[in-house]
This record gives sequence, structure tokens and C-alpha cells, in this order.
Amino acid sequence: MAAESKAYAKPLPHLDEENRPWWEALKRHELYLQRCRDCGATRYYPRALCPECLSSQTEWLRSRGAGKVYTFTTTWQNATPGFRESLPYVLAYVELDEGLKLLTNIVDCPPEQVRIGMPVTVVFDDVTPEVTLAKFRPVP
Amino acid sequence: MSLRGKAAIVGAWEHPTRFAPNKTMFQIMAESARGALDDAGLTIKDVDGLCTTGVGMGWMGLLGFCDYLNLTPSYVDSTAIGGSSFVAHTAHAAAAIAAGLCETVLIVYGSTAASQRFAIGTGGVAGGGEPCDQYELPFGPTTVGSYAMIAQRHMHDYGTTPEQLAEVAVIARQHAALNPDAKYREPITVADVLASRIVSSPLHLLDCCMISDGGGAVVVTSAERARDLKKPPVYLLGAGEAVRHTARGTRDFLEVAAAQSGRLAFERAGVSHREIDLAMVYDSFTITVIVTLENLGFCKRGEGGAFVSGGRLRFDGDFPLNTDGGGLSSNHPGMRGMFLLIEAARQLRGEAGARQVRDCQIALVHGTGGNLGTRHSGATLILSNQVG
Repeated sequence: MAAESKAYAKPLPHLDEENRPWWEALKRHELYLQRCRDCGATRYYPRALCPECLSSQTEWLRSRGAGKVYTFTTTWQNATPGFRESLPYVLAYVELDEGLKLLTNIVDCPPEQVRIGMPVTVVFDDVTPEVTLAKFRPVP
Repeated sequence: MSLRGKAAIVGAWEHPTRFAPNKTMFQIMAESARGALDDAGLTIKDVDGLCTTGVGMGWMGLLGFCDYLNLTPSYVDSTAIGGSSFVAHTAHAAAAIAAGLCETVLIVYGSTAASQRFAIGTGGVAGGGEPCDQYELPFGPTTVGSYAMIAQRHMHDYGTTPEQLAEVAVIARQHAALNPDAKYREPITVADVLASRIVSSPLHLLDCCMISDGGGAVVVTSAERARDLKKPPVYLLGAGEAVRHTARGTRDFLEVAAAQSGRLAFERAGVSHREIDLAMVYDSFTITVIVTLENLGFCKRGEGGAFVSGGRLRFDGDFPLNTDGGGLSSNHPGMRGMFLLIEAARQLRGEAGARQVRDCQIALVHGTGGNLGTRHSGATLILSNQVG
């Protein structure tokens, strides 16, 4: 039997010239946010221009990867390949300590124990050789 | 320029089908167009404007539909912002008519979502090509999950209960029992809703709208032309639309598009909340109704659960809502805004039979399109059978 695990079936992000640096940082297990050098607005997800002032002057901010569950749902039904074999799973928004919310999964925790306000920390899931996803688990 | 009283819905027809494996989408659309034009006492030759979403109709679907019905409109709009699209189209049609771009607009919808076994709510989220999708689809969002996260937060912040959510579904079913075309007409209780399986916590199966086939159409024309037609005009008094999204990571998720679109519609109509006799509010999920009513300003944020309780939403209650049975119990082919318009027209004309709201003169229609917990649109209309 081949050593490699079953092919990863869940949807993968499409990497392009605009987002590649962000995904490459995730591969190094580093989570970044962006801040506009002109108006100071922070943003998630990464994009080339500041949505507040349209400036292209961007700096990358390394997130500490700590935050709290803002809201969540335990998903019991999803026909998408990959997810239909992984039910139930927890879809959540995490509000990072830096103030921005991101969509993610809460892992390493029984779904019935997930609570809004629960402190969580990032866990880097290397789902393919090219792609790492930022998921979150409860702070012990 | 104000649109108040400039245009009216003069024809409205809901396709009675809820399951049509023997029909095509274009056929349902064409039958709906025929129904609405007959209702207005107009013919297809009177139509010089066309609105439809194009969604699921192929590449540039509006052109395909014009070809199918040999239409040569002078004004077209295929704004596609989800289930609210047809509500927005009605405002766009009124604006086009008031500006002299056309006189009679057909707004039309058809779908075979059920017979094609299209999993609207739990099939994962469609798309994949937009920048935002790259940061969402890998984590398994579904439409129901997006709304469920709003419900979870609402319960956490305000103590909204599963029983309060269930009340919305129970009343929808009571209304469906009075609508011969509704798909689900057997009474349900709060206990039945709570006993149904969880699809995406905290939402149960009976907190979710169905998937059906269906279609419908409305015809909008100038107030002047409307006076000579077969049915009493349903005037547009005010309209608003809005979008909400993740706001670069800063969104307050319990503030939804209805806050902006509703405020605009009320201001433009010159109508107060107390004057609304009927609310037709998109009920994709029970939570959608509660959060929408708060954002429209019918109650304060956090009070929506209490507001919908105690049978208040019944057609003969204090605040009649979704008197046709809604997407929860009558029909939901994917984009339900069309049926909000049609039921509002029926009620304002006094044609709603056993579920007729007494003395119904002013109705609010609010469509939500997309996913409340990621990106969505809101379109609000205030309609009346008279221009005060």
C-alpha cells in the first residue's frame, strides 16, 4: 500500500500573484494581517489595495495567532466532497487579539465544548504540500 | 426626484407548481410571465422592459430569455444579488419608468431547484473564483451555516431562545394551512421544531426553508397607465437597497443590510413603522426574520425573539408576517424575493382569501440575498394600494 495518505478532497484556495506571499507565510507557520501605510487601517483577508483609502502602500503585520471565538456553528450537513466525510465539524469566526475576525475551523475540541468567547490559538494545518490552513484550538 | 407613487405593480402571478420535473426553467418563467400579464390585462407585446437575474439560466441568461420569448425590450436589468434580486428589480423598474426609459416592465423568475436536486442550503457555498472565497471555502461554509453563526451570536448576546426561533416556523405553517398552493400544510408545534434534527447548530431542520421548484412574475408600469388596467394598482412608495460583507475583518455581524435599505425605504416612502399592515420578510431561516425585523427598526436590537412571540405574526395578529407560509412552508426555489412581492400584492388587493389581513393598506417587503454571515444584499420596498 502506498505510503501517501488519501488525496485531500476539500476545496483548496487558488493562489495568485496578489495572495501568494500570504499563503507562503502560512506554509512557514506564520499568520499575517495587513496594515495600510497611509491611513493605518488593518485588514483581513490580504489584498493589494487598502479598501479604506485605495493606497497600495501595505505593510505586513505578524499576528500572534491568539483570539476568541466570536461565533460558530457545528455543521451536521454539507454535501461538499471532503466535508461530507468529516461531519460534524465546527465552522467559526475567530476575533484575533489584533481586532480582526476571520473564518476558520475550531479543531482539537469536541464540538459540544465550543463556546463563544472561548480563548483560542492558531494551529497550522499543512493540508497539502502547497497549502497550510490557519485553524484554531482552545488555549489549554 | 422621488419615486413615490410614480409606478405600480399591476400584475402578479405565482406559479402553483412546487415540483415540476416535467418542465424546464424557461418554461416556468414563460408561464409565469403569461400569468402576470393576464392578471394585469396586458399582453406580451406591451412589455418594453425586462428584469430577471440570469442565475442558472446560462451565460448571459437574460439574452437567452429574450430569445425564447422573442422579446425586444428597451430596458433590461439582470441585477443578481441573490434572493432579494426581484425586490431590487421592482425599484429599478420604477426608476426606469419614472425616467422615461420604458413603460411596462416584466420581472420574472423560474427555478427547478427541487427536481434538479440542487442542495441550496447544504451543498457548500457556490463560487470559488472571488478573492474572498479563498479564505472561506477551505473551511466548509454552507448557506445554513452562515445563518446559524448569526443565530448563535444572537442567542449569546441577547438570550434569544430556540423556542423563539421556532415560533417563526410554527406561524409560517399556520399560514401555509390557509394557502392551498403551499407545499407543507400540516400543523407543527414548537416542540416539533426543536425535535427536528440539527442541520447546523443552533438551527434545526424546521428552522430552515425548503427547496422547491417554482416561479412567478410581476408587471410594473407607470401610475398613469396603471389606473386603466384590470386590477387595483399596488403603488411603490419607497425603496432601498444595501449590501453587507466581512468589512475587511471588522464586521458587526448582527448589523445587516436591512438596517440601511429599510431606513432608506421608510424615509423615501414617508411612512412610519406603525403604519405597516403587513410585512413580507425573507425567511430563509427563522433567525433571518428575527434579525431582519430588528434591523428594519420594528424592535430594538436583541428584542426580536420576544417581538415574534405570542402569535403576533399571525395574519390576524398584531404584526402580520409572511401570510403565504413563506419559504419555511409555502415554497422556496432558491430566490424567494419574487413571492414576497406577489403575496404583498395579493394582500393589498384583498385577494388573499382565508388568510387576508384585515384592512391591509401598506405592506413592507424585504428581501435578503446571499449569506447573512458572509456577504448578503438587502432590498426593501414599501407598497400601498393608495398614494396618500
